[in-house]
Amino acid sequence: MNPVNAKSPRQTWMAVLARASRDDLAAIHAAIAVPAHEVLKAPEVGSVMVEGRAGGTGQRFNLGEAAVTRCVVRIDGGVMGHAYALGRDRAKAEIAAVFDAMLQVEPAGGPLHIAIAKLHSAQAAVRERTSRKAAATKVEFFTLVRGE
Amino acid sequence: MYVAVKGGEAAILATHDLLAERRRGDPAIPELSVAQIREQMGLAVARVMNEGSLFDPDLASLALKQAQGDAIEAAFLLRAFRTTLPRFGASVPLDTAAMHIERRISATYKDLPGGQILGPTYDYTHRLFDFALMANGSRPKPAAEAATRLDTHMPRVPDILGTEGLMEPEVPPPGDPKPADLTREPVAFPVDRDLRLQSMARGDEGFLLGLGYSVQRGFGGNHPFAGEIRMGAVAVEFVPEELGFAVDLGDITLTECQMINQFGGSKDIDPQFTRGYGLAFGHAERKAMSMALVDRALKARELGEAATYPAQQEEFVLYHSDNVEAAGFVEHLKLPHYVDFQGELELIRKIKAERVATAAAAAGTHKEAVE
Amino acid sequence: MVRPDSSNTITPGFKDPVLQSQAAFRIVMAALAEPGVWHAMPGDVVPPPGLSRPAALALLTLADFETPVWLPPAVRTGPAGAWLRFHCNCPLAEQPSAAAFAVIDGSDPAMPPLSAFPIGEDSFPDRAATVLVTCKARDGGAKAILSGPGIKTVRTVAPAGLPPDFWRGAATNALAYPLGLDLFLVDATHIMGLPRSTRIEGAF
Repeated sequence: MNPVNAKSPRQTWMAVLARASRDDLAAIHAAIAVPAHEVLKAPEVGSVMVEGRAGGTGQRFNLGEAAVTRCVVRIDGGVMGHAYALGRDRAKAEIAAVFDAMLQVEPAGGPLHIAIAKLHSAQAAVRERTSRKAAATKVEFFTLVRGE
Repeated sequence: MYVAVKGGEAAILATHDLLAERRRGDPAIPELSVAQIREQMGLAVARVMNEGSLFDPDLASLALKQAQGDAIEAAFLLRAFRTTLPRFGASVPLDTAAMHIERRISATYKDLPGGQILGPTYDYTHRLFDFALMANGSRPKPAAEAATRLDTHMPRVPDILGTEGLMEPEVPPPGDPKPADLTREPVAFPVDRDLRLQSMARGDEGFLLGLGYSVQRGFGGNHPFAGEIRMGAVAVEFVPEELGFAVDLGDITLTECQMINQFGGSKDIDPQFTRGYGLAFGHAERKAMSMALVDRALKARELGEAATYPAQQEEFVLYHSDNVEAAGFVEHLKLPHYVDFQGELELIRKIKAERVATAAAAAGTHKEAVE
Repeated sequence: MVRPDSSNTITPGFKDPVLQSQAAFRIVMAALAEPGVWHAMPGDVVPPPGLSRPAALALLTLADFETPVWLPPAVRTGPAGAWLRFHCNCPLAEQPSAAAFAVIDGSDPAMPPLSAFPIGEDSFPDRAATVLVTCKARDGGAKAILSGPGIKTVRTVAPAGLPPDFWRGAATNALAYPLGLDLFLVDATHIMGLPRSTRIEGAF
């Protein structure tokens, strides 16, 4: 139905940052040079109403809310970084916002881009493993024909 | 009439302490951690998230710990917390066709594109105790891994029938309107399907299970098939006002159920299969199936069917499916009603005294008549 | 709707959103509870050009993605519009009739009349707009005599720098009760509430 929309590079790294744990991001933060930043929107826990569609494709409806944390910062040099992620981890949101700003100015192949690419592959590997475990439970049912 | 009472502060504080002690149980037994509940009681956590109407596995686990495992009390805690959160907005509608499938079965098609995936299910367990679990420390053997992963995009089963024109289409109403939200606006009947689905999504699993069962037993006028049940992770996207593009917030686990029902057709609608839809947070298959059964039953008005049975009556279903509201009203009967009751007591005494007096007078008249 | 590019001009909002918005809410609530009393609205938030500090704090506290905010056109397209959208996620209404909140500048003759904003419906009186009116000074203007809930007998106020027909409009608004706008007057540092339940008399 709805093809997976192609993501921009920024949408891709924001998705990786959203799925990362605070420890993942803190480890990267400790290993690279990070510019000073000003907090524009302090890390805040709120909710997003999650919408579904009847039958998967029909009328929109509200399934329920999800806890979400957001943060917006501006790094030295003036670039703004945004973080929005499920969960209630304020510290993670602030690091993710700083990284989002840095990734917008760091040239491709820079240390942060490399670190985020590694995180992306690790996340993909976990997903792949989950899928292969599910695939091991794929079933072929045979209908038994009576008579004849 | 409610009349306030005061006093009892010391007793109430003492009950808080007693409750905390009772919750902890025998201190010689190690305390449960919230992470243990989240990881090892995942189906209970899913139920609390659904009925608490907030996807947050950590808080749902804390709620279960705090409520000593009482699912409704835990949902109440989550609901109360939810009201303190500023709402940033609404997500882009979920795309369940892009789900990272962990389970996907169909009772209507044996062979379907992408295959039938049993996933982690109790369906094929023997319901015999596993006493090995009584002795902690046994590690399960690692689950088998297939050589290749599943398809990344799996068609929903009813959409396959839809290509033959035999399935009621599921298309958004004109303009794809923003859905009504019962947490923001009062509900006015009759309601549209968006509100019915929202109400059931946060409704009590047991209530919906009973209603769904009633539909199957003939109190709902339709014969359902489980067209598809799927479970897995789906990305949630949100468009922040200040960015103007969709941001992927991460994955949530969902269970989706599509029920298929035969429909003989009416004056305006061709004979075809109609659908019932269920969607729930976490792995919550019974909830999603019950919701789908009742969703179809509640379409009675739109399909021109007589709404004869409880599951077809939206006021009945919507007003009674919320277990936090229901528990509140049932359990408020515990609160002091001393003045109410005193009033009724006086009334009954008076009526009884009058009746005794009337009977005595009648007896007196009778006696006189006999004489 | 306009989407001004704002990446370098946005200034911070609340540093501690929970506590600071609660403190501001307390003041706004007190202002509505005591109509006609000026309440100081302190805080370290630097308002963007075009908004007074009390108006900025009140909107930061009250506006969100479900409350369209009407601003004078020059303010809407300037830094204040971008600032509010950024911090509150609120849409900026182009028509006064679509507003949940509005800011009008008392010294600008081009402002829409109070009657242009929604006053609610019989079944939903809460769907009325809340309008913040910027004035020049807390005293020195025409006198208005206020009475009603929150006022023991009467309270006289005389803010300066309001539109000439303001008090007549506000008095008419009060007659629509339980419908009607809830008004606030704001100057550079203070806020005063004029809820729809306040009756207004004076020589206007």
